[in-house]
Amino acid sequence: MTERKIVIPGEVIAEGEDYLPGEGTEKTDKGIVAMRFGLAEKSGKLVKVISLSGVYQPRRGNVVIGKVENITINGWFLDIGYSDNAFLSLNEIPRYVNKDGLDEVMDIGDMAIAKIWAINKRGVDLSLKSRGLGKIDEGIIVEINSNKVPRVIGKEGSMVNLIKDKTGCNITVGQNGVIWIKGDSIEKELLAKEAVMFVTEKSFISGLTEEITKWFEERKK
Amino acid sequence: MTAKTFKRKSGRKFNEMRKMSAEVGVIANADGSARFSWEGPDGKKTNAIAAVYGPKKMHPQHLQDPEKGTLRCTYNMMSFSVEDRIRPGPNRRSTEISKIIQWALEPVLMIDKYSNMVIDVHINILDANASTRCAAINAAAMALAHAGIPMRDIVSSVSIGKLDKELVVDVDKYEDSVFDEGEGASDIPMTFTSNGEMTHIQIDGNIDKKQLMEAVGLAREACKEIYEVQKKALKEVVK
Repeated sequence: MTERKIVIPGEVIAEGEDYLPGEGTEKTDKGIVAMRFGLAEKSGKLVKVISLSGVYQPRRGNVVIGKVENITINGWFLDIGYSDNAFLSLNEIPRYVNKDGLDEVMDIGDMAIAKIWAINKRGVDLSLKSRGLGKIDEGIIVEINSNKVPRVIGKEGSMVNLIKDKTGCNITVGQNGVIWIKGDSIEKELLAKEAVMFVTEKSFISGLTEEITKWFEERKK
Repeated sequence: MTAKTFKRKSGRKFNEMRKMSAEVGVIANADGSARFSWEGPDGKKTNAIAAVYGPKKMHPQHLQDPEKGTLRCTYNMMSFSVEDRIRPGPNRRSTEISKIIQWALEPVLMIDKYSNMVIDVHINILDANASTRCAAINAAAMALAHAGIPMRDIVSSVSIGKLDKELVVDVDKYEDSVFDEGEGASDIPMTFTSNGEMTHIQIDGNIDKKQLMEAVGLAREACKEIYEVQKKALKEVVK
């Protein structure tokens, strides 16, 4: 049973010794205290705070979409909407790349879908070694607030799959709020973009999946 | 105690603050934002709006701190915030208050892991009717929380005035700069966490130790009220 409520920094979420402090919380003599503003979630013994606002916080395993900012002798620096450097090493490319021809693979301004495999003091390390990752050649990019990403994806991908079905586009949602839409025609892509914007605007209402289905029906007329 | 019979010009009780209002998420393009105001019975307001940007990379680079994140506050009074237009732009007073606000907020922030980064807090005073730095701190604390910055607690700030020999909570313009009976007026802004720990105090004027302790007690009580307003505003922003 999960219990949810909005908490502010310094607020006691759970008292007593029965709970374990998770992300965004700390254990003090008063109990488990929130260390950030967000949605507190008790799942079993674990208490954590999910952020609702603010800049994108990278996490290990996140799939993100970034733009190449700079090229060095052994890799690329990508802008993933986080202030620290996001480095994509040459070793994390699933193919052979000539060291003189890095810009032929990806040049400054190109975009790529990558996965975060490590976060350390120097910054974020990215990888392309997984399915569905790689350079983006065509399609459109939509940028939304990264806190709205879970709503766009929906429960187990229900929302994004619905938009995919209705528009016939291929959609990849980066956890940093950058969304790649690729369809057979620009009209379909723009429809998918509008649907995504609709979801982000209405992200707070419940029964959003039905709402978006209705929205698509109205658009057809 | 004589303080209870003391008449304030505004008609407020000695421990009564002006009417408070707070709002979170007022600036769509900021990473976090908030507004805090006090409105007196005469309709004159002290209104502060705060916007938080970041954590982002610190520029210029020589200011980067590889050991921890930096908080940078900018306090600014709008030229129309007072009755006579004030010259816009930074001045000695605003630079000092910016630093004070930064010191008042830093103890509750947990920004150690944001190495080489900066969190920018821009505070603008829209209406000034005394206690602007307190309103600024209150707004900034909410804006920082709204930006998802890790914090130990929220801070609340209030000013205590000493009018002649009497203590009053939340000074307004008249009490701050016009009042000059007896010993005159002095103004003591203070900031507390929700646990009642002090993060900032300033004194200009004369006060003895016993009365200062009394003032701290009054401020601590008043900050509890402010905290509830801040908490309510933050919880309302999520629909």
